[in-house]
Amino acid sequence: MFVPHTVDDREAMLQAIGVKRLEDLFQDVPAQHRFPQLDLPPALTEMEALQELREIASVNETTQDLVCFLGAGAYNHYVPAAVDSILRRGEFYTAYTPYQPEVSQGTLQAIFDYQSLIAALTGMDVSNASHYDGATAVAEAVSMAYANFRGKRAKVVLSPALHPQYRQVVHTYNLGTPIQFVGEDLDLQAGPEALLPYIDNNTALVIVQYPDFFGRIYDYTKLAEAVHAAGALLSVAVNPLALAIFAPPGQFGADIVTGEGQPLGIPLSYGGPYLGIFATKQEYVRKMAGRLVGETVDNRGQRAYVLTLTAREQHIRREKATSNICTNQGLMALASTVYMSLLGKEGLREVAELNYHKAHYAAQQITALPGYSLWSNAPFFNEFAVRCPKPVSEINAHLLDHDILGGYELGQDYPGMENVMLVAVTEMNSREDIDLLVDVLSEVSHD
Amino acid sequence: MNIPSDLKYTPNDEWIRVEGNTGVVGITDFAQDQLSDIVYVEIVVSVGDMVKKGDACATLESVKAAADVYMPVSGKIIAINEALPDTPEVVNSDPYGNAWMVKVEMSDPGELNDLLDAAAYEKHVQEKSG
Amino acid sequence: MTEPLLCELSVPGRRGVRFPQPDVPLAELPKELARQHFPMPELSEVDVVRHFTRLSKLNYCIDEGMYPLGSCTMKYNPKINEETARLPGFANLHPLQPIETVQGALILMYELQEMLKEIGGFAGVTLQPAAGAQGELTGVLIIRAYHKSRGDLQRTKVLIPDSAHGTNPATSAMSGMQVVEIPSDARGNVDLNALRQHCDNTLAGLMLTNPNTLGLFDENVLEAARLVHEAGGLVYGDGANLNALMGIVRPGELGIDVMHFNLHKTFSTPHGGGGPGSGPVGVAAHLVDFLPAPIVDIIEEGDEETAPLYGFVTPPKTIGRVKSFLGQFGMMVRAYTYIRMNGPDGLRAVSEAAVLNANYLLSKLRDYYHLPYDRICMHEFVLEGVWPDAPEVHALDIAKRMMDYGLHPPTNYFPLIVHEALMIEPTETESKQSLDNFADVMIKIAEEAHTQPELLKSAPHITPVGRLDEVKAAKELVLCCGVGALEAEAA
Repeated sequence: MFVPHTVDDREAMLQAIGVKRLEDLFQDVPAQHRFPQLDLPPALTEMEALQELREIASVNETTQDLVCFLGAGAYNHYVPAAVDSILRRGEFYTAYTPYQPEVSQGTLQAIFDYQSLIAALTGMDVSNASHYDGATAVAEAVSMAYANFRGKRAKVVLSPALHPQYRQVVHTYNLGTPIQFVGEDLDLQAGPEALLPYIDNNTALVIVQYPDFFGRIYDYTKLAEAVHAAGALLSVAVNPLALAIFAPPGQFGADIVTGEGQPLGIPLSYGGPYLGIFATKQEYVRKMAGRLVGETVDNRGQRAYVLTLTAREQHIRREKATSNICTNQGLMALASTVYMSLLGKEGLREVAELNYHKAHYAAQQITALPGYSLWSNAPFFNEFAVRCPKPVSEINAHLLDHDILGGYELGQDYPGMENVMLVAVTEMNSREDIDLLVDVLSEVSHD
Repeated sequence: MNIPSDLKYTPNDEWIRVEGNTGVVGITDFAQDQLSDIVYVEIVVSVGDMVKKGDACATLESVKAAADVYMPVSGKIIAINEALPDTPEVVNSDPYGNAWMVKVEMSDPGELNDLLDAAAYEKHVQEKSG
Repeated sequence: MTEPLLCELSVPGRRGVRFPQPDVPLAELPKELARQHFPMPELSEVDVVRHFTRLSKLNYCIDEGMYPLGSCTMKYNPKINEETARLPGFANLHPLQPIETVQGALILMYELQEMLKEIGGFAGVTLQPAAGAQGELTGVLIIRAYHKSRGDLQRTKVLIPDSAHGTNPATSAMSGMQVVEIPSDARGNVDLNALRQHCDNTLAGLMLTNPNTLGLFDENVLEAARLVHEAGGLVYGDGANLNALMGIVRPGELGIDVMHFNLHKTFSTPHGGGGPGSGPVGVAAHLVDFLPAPIVDIIEEGDEETAPLYGFVTPPKTIGRVKSFLGQFGMMVRAYTYIRMNGPDGLRAVSEAAVLNANYLLSKLRDYYHLPYDRICMHEFVLEGVWPDAPEVHALDIAKRMMDYGLHPPTNYFPLIVHEALMIEPTETESKQSLDNFADVMIKIAEEAHTQPELLKSAPHITPVGRLDEVKAAKELVLCCGVGALEAEAA
């Protein structure tokens, strides 16, 4: 379909090579396995393919068809038009990794802009060029901390309020390491101080989330002090949008900040591609995996950008590298950079405040209904857990009948929480949407 | 290629200078030349550590390469070159002098007999670059 | 050039995108947790669009011309992929929606799994891994889990040819395995004698890239797989070079037990300046139970009146989750589109043309550059970028000089087993004219290397920036414009 050769081209090329037929180029392939007939549907033209894909897509009910109160790590936000307009420039999306800096300054400087904005947003010294997503960024934090202590500290404390999928990914990544994980069975209602008894001089890393999986915002200053007193590191997984109005983790002493960058201008897209934020302190920069862009000069005396500290990476260190990562989420990092610069200092605050106010209005209205109450009294950003009078699965089925995508059923990950719903509210939810949700929830409680 | 005659060498391009029961360890002129501009040095052992022959004691990085430095002998680390991480270029300019990496109190000086002398190391280098 | 940074463009008080006024009562922000200082740039939409547009013009890209990076498969990225991935029915789906509301997305994932199984010759596929490297991690963890499930705890040794990508040994080490490097023989294949020596009861597996990074089909693949299997090990296939094999041979039929696909190489999803990639993993029947969860499957069969219900299943011995949610879904839509547009014959034509193009280019260059392994190549080949009679010129200089002719250079200094390697992968989407032009430039540069080597040493000359001081970048480490700069702007 995208092969340009004419019959004449092909003949001329075969002749230049010195073979008669195309098949002659494949003599090294074992004959008994050569040229299998692939059982795939026949080719489509572009017009037909678009039609087929449209039909498949039309089967889905989207966050435009439904009123969405679902979050749990992926959020329905407005993406300004200019973001996709930049992303669609072939110069960005059809370029490769900027290994040849003389012809890749666009990608390199955009990553440098990204690193600058992420460092400023998180309150950290340095950011890398990104990891795959919020979950794998946490897994990389574990590898980094373990390597930082050269394997001499083998314990990692995981908050039970860290996203369940992030914890699952951390466990998978460490199937072959001797790291011991503790903390996940702690009382969910307890605050971060419940983690303190686990922290000792064998602890490499303590991982918490901000806001946590249940939406709660805690001041981790005391936790950070205890972690550092034991000589360990503190890693905080963030929702980056919350940092426009809440104190950044750098302020309370985090050593590593990870995050899911999807809220920064990246469409929901059924779970990916998203963006793994990773930032740290200057002193740990060489322990951080992933690509990094640094500033330098060229031989004409101009300021320019280049991939740096590459000797840490797998293509040089091979089995001695602490991570096997090669790609970053280049285009998604670009999307978030365009988004952050378009909104800027005021716009980011504005949208974060909208999320905050709308979520608090929703929480207030819902908990005014009989049978509904907040699961926690801790401060929250745009997401909160609500105790419901019935199992969330039943309530959500009813909400869906009213074209409402209800909140996340916490019972899926936390046995005993079948009646607790995690509700996310963003700038996309109007007051009418929220009032509709409250009305339908009220019907449910009366059934 | 500078290969001082008073040192002992490993095939992995480390040198050791023996002063009584103490050994001073670094990397050779050949090694620094192969790595080109050293941009980063990390000493990965601490004073007081017991190390075995073959254990890594330092990590070096240039722009395009990385290398670990291994102990030529076993013993107890009695000093590390604290200044070196701030001046990695010294590994290129003065590999046998100010770019020493660790000092070790040898637990088995007999291990020295397994190392190469200058002539044997020079031959080894010629084979490697040939 | 010298485009300012975002923080330098910032003007206090300037605004870009605005949001509506709150339509709900304002809630009080907790003061003790509130952010005091927020040093982000202040720009208008025009500022932002112009900044990134100017930056984009400093990039070379596949839309502009040939991008012959060996081992990277920089083929043309069809524009229709960008349309289908952005259809509202795909772009606006939350990953945790009830399955009844996302049947279209699940059908697409299910069908893509089926198509990859058919192309690769595998019994099961997971779409979850985010990139090739993560696919490798998934695969090696599956191998580890397989041995563990059989009580073979001592099987921790992974054999890796010296021509392999660095991700292979890095992945094995991450998975708690011991890496043993296996040399290549004189024809560039895995050295069977060396392999045999390591086939014992500590063998976990062999990681094999085929075609290998020299662009050669490993003539020993069946025998290597047999030896490994006989010793109780498994064979991991690095699918980086699958672009040469579609409809030519199914890796699963060559004895590969587990392999990752690179949707961003073989199936035309764009590289995006370094990502996102997507690295689905295919496995043979005996490994299906170990795949990461969840896998998309039909959970209720349909009948004449109702469509089947697609949903998620958890393989009984799963290694667990490797990524949040369901993987790089947007990349799956693009790959699905590509496979549907090509069909079975089109995919074979893609691989045939990729191999034809590489061999044609090789035939034009072989008299001018030394070819260390002289065989019919597959989709790429490796030359030496150095001549005995032009000793001051290196592969790097040739690469930089190519930019002066408006071309992107090939991969250089990889694979490690070739001295001054230039690794060239034209891909099937280059026309004969494009290949002829590339060959002419390479031949011209070979001539310049002998007559005017200083032209190469000082190249590139016409690019926005010249050669960079990489030592300065690594030693002085300026990694962001700094909060300080933004604060100064804001003051």
